[in-house]
Amino acid sequence: MSVITEPKTVIGKAANYVDERLTIGSVLKNFGRKVFPDHWSFMLGEVAMYSFVILIISGTFLTFYFQPSMAEVHYEGSYAPLKGMEMSIAYASSLDISFDIRGGLLMRQVHHWAALLFVAAAGLHMLRVFFTGAFRKPRELNWVVGFLLFLMGMAAGFTGYSLPDDLLSGNGLRIIDGMIKGIPLIGPAVSSGFFGGEFPGTEVVARLYSLHIMIIPALIIALLGIHLLMVVVHKHTHYPGPGRRDDNVVGYPLMPVYVAKAGGFFFLVFGVIAAIAATFTINPIWNYGPYDPSPVSAGTQPDWYIGWLDGALRLAPSNLDLVIAGFVIPMGVMLPIIVSLVFLVLVGAYPFIEAWVTGDRREHHVLDRPRNAPTRTAIGAAGVTFYAVLWAGASTDLIAVNFQMSLNHVLTAMQILLILGPVVAYWVTKRACLSLQRKDREIALHGRETGRVIRLPHGEYIEVHEPVDKYELWKLVDFKDYEPIMPRPNKKGKITVGTKLRSAISKIYFEDRIAPVSKAEYELAHADHGHAAVEEKPKRKPKQLKKNL
Amino acid sequence: MSDLEKYSSGSATSIERPIKDPGLEPHRVRMTDKSEKHARTAEKQVAGLFVISIIGAIIAVWGFFAFPIIDGDLSATRNNALWMGIGMALSMLGIGFGAVHWAKTLMPDNEVAEARHAARSDDDTRAKAIEIVKLADGESGFSRRKLIRRTLYGALAFFPIPAVVIFGDLGPVVGDTLKHTMWRSGTRLTKDPTGIPIKASEVTIGSVFHVIPEGLKDLEEHKLEEKAKAAVLLVRVNPGELKEDPEKAGWSYDGIVAYSKICTHVGCPVALYEQHTHHLLCPCHQSTFDLADHCKVIFGPAARPLPQLPITVDDEGYLVAQSDFLEPVGPSFWDMRK
Repeated sequence: MSVITEPKTVIGKAANYVDERLTIGSVLKNFGRKVFPDHWSFMLGEVAMYSFVILIISGTFLTFYFQPSMAEVHYEGSYAPLKGMEMSIAYASSLDISFDIRGGLLMRQVHHWAALLFVAAAGLHMLRVFFTGAFRKPRELNWVVGFLLFLMGMAAGFTGYSLPDDLLSGNGLRIIDGMIKGIPLIGPAVSSGFFGGEFPGTEVVARLYSLHIMIIPALIIALLGIHLLMVVVHKHTHYPGPGRRDDNVVGYPLMPVYVAKAGGFFFLVFGVIAAIAATFTINPIWNYGPYDPSPVSAGTQPDWYIGWLDGALRLAPSNLDLVIAGFVIPMGVMLPIIVSLVFLVLVGAYPFIEAWVTGDRREHHVLDRPRNAPTRTAIGAAGVTFYAVLWAGASTDLIAVNFQMSLNHVLTAMQILLILGPVVAYWVTKRACLSLQRKDREIALHGRETGRVIRLPHGEYIEVHEPVDKYELWKLVDFKDYEPIMPRPNKKGKITVGTKLRSAISKIYFEDRIAPVSKAEYELAHADHGHAAVEEKPKRKPKQLKKNL
Repeated sequence: MSDLEKYSSGSATSIERPIKDPGLEPHRVRMTDKSEKHARTAEKQVAGLFVISIIGAIIAVWGFFAFPIIDGDLSATRNNALWMGIGMALSMLGIGFGAVHWAKTLMPDNEVAEARHAARSDDDTRAKAIEIVKLADGESGFSRRKLIRRTLYGALAFFPIPAVVIFGDLGPVVGDTLKHTMWRSGTRLTKDPTGIPIKASEVTIGSVFHVIPEGLKDLEEHKLEEKAKAAVLLVRVNPGELKEDPEKAGWSYDGIVAYSKICTHVGCPVALYEQHTHHLLCPCHQSTFDLADHCKVIFGPAARPLPQLPITVDDEGYLVAQSDFLEPVGPSFWDMRK
């Protein structure tokens, strides 16, 4: 048995001390050179995560001064226009953070900008995952976790937005109260439980505060932990390309390249948020005044990520209230709630729907180029359009005022767009994807158009096509391709309703498809005399040489 | 065949590719790899960025002390936030750009491939896992001892119930608070927020008053709750332009009408009045009510007209309520008609 050698240097001794207690040696051995694929779109999730860290840092600063109480005080701080005014302690302490504490305004603005960025980056990250098919097996559950994170982001944002108890956020809470009250049977009781009695009451800010600084962040941290753990377990996806397969992962090692890049990126995100917060005012609560149920300013709008829900409220058709046995179901509230819930459920469940349609049980680690999944991309575009119209719907009044249009016409146009927009977006996107796939096929089979027209000995004019190199060719031809499913009888000889439905949806997905270039097609194209005569060897190695110079 | 391909591919096609996977593209050599001079330059750039970061931190600290808070002077607040923010931004961006530049120019940029394995545990591992579960089941008697198992399920189902019930006092039982406001027969209409009573003679044609019930201003408790229900908009129009509903005849006084200011959609204050059309507009979701026609909804998501407050004048000429609203104000709720 060999004797354990003691390290000599200070660092060596320290490392030895920790390793003998925490096994960091094997952690480093296993994870130190873990490979991460590189692509700008993989940064979107990072932006969201770093924004969250910044939210915790700036939020902790704010908790040292903010007082979540709705007791009334007379303002005595240094913002002259509001001096002597009656307001809640929550609003007064928010003003104090802004005007009487050095760095307070900056931290409030950092916090608010970081929140806006957090939800935005998480949303874009979701879109990236959706359009590249990164949610496929084995990552379906991580899609659900990410989806929950997005919802939690919205909840964190809304609860925080309501804390200063200013006129704008108070009206936001009033709207929430109105929506809750409209829910059949339980509405008024839930509202009473939430506000601790009648709206606005004296409890709600303190309750939102508990949610905002404890419960929701704890959930986000837990979900984020699971989210990242799953990334480690599955290893990151990579974009399609030569050498990138479902059974490998191509990229840079964690140490040192990724530590430097991702670590540096945290500072970049923080730096950009600090710069924006230093130079652009956000949520100037001192302009709104304390909450009062009677006044309201024109052009009220929530933070951007709540916009789509506010838009849903605005676009609901009027006079649809149902009265059943004397009980009222206010559809002006229920319809937006139902529509947005259905939309969210479809988003959360999408990976399972697609897996059911394709029947593909394999693991997928190579991403799809969006064009190579035309129907998914089209569905995504339709969903984005639906969301965008709802979101724009929260600005109908501002659009009408700024473009000098009739408010009524703007709203009617939005209502029509909400129905027609997604249909048009679906159709246009699907056709665009199919056309791009056709172009890819064309390039794979016949090469690029060089723009050089030559005359052949027998007088024919043709344009010279230059074949793409093998790396580019591989990218154009290597993608997953599906066919529609025929409804087949089961063991009992019956075609079930589920089978029929699945085959019908599969037809919608894959009836129009452009198959990848096959070996036979490729060889046929290249055996063709007319072409072979004019195809030239590339004079230079295209692309990569050029970039090196 | 790799372990990832043992699964059904569903309706995926298997078209043979024209060429075999050519493998990773050849590595592109950077200038900093080729020439020590370029590497030196990059090194200096990185160091320069880190120095900028230090300067930024110093600017931030300077900003904190250079602009102390001065009561009533907002420029101090603004400069404080501006310079601390810019300093902090510089110190962060210096580190960020420095680290990324370092990684991109001086650290190796060879892409490497690593193998992936299917998430599924291999069959041996699975067999062992199942064995462990069975062993644990056997040792504990979980499957065998039905009585224990079923009572455990029962206990687990019951134990969270107190945790739900304990929240029962989050808010009081609703009762009929939503159906009543502060208005009583004879309550004077007063101006919001001053609380000064309004004489009918003050209200000229076309003018609008934001109204609260007399006494609301001096409430010690529940002032905002009462205001959130009792706020009223008072308008005088030419009596000839008002459509009179025989049921509500006498609810107005000489063309002066009072309507609840709380939108029947989700409760925003309906604060915008357009004089020449007699339309009331809610700025939150644009529900529009026709004041001349009993505040019927003419546009937007609201469904019910704004409730009318029956008013008259007292012997001194002040406007007073005849009674409370005769229907609930604000957002609709399921049992509002009961």
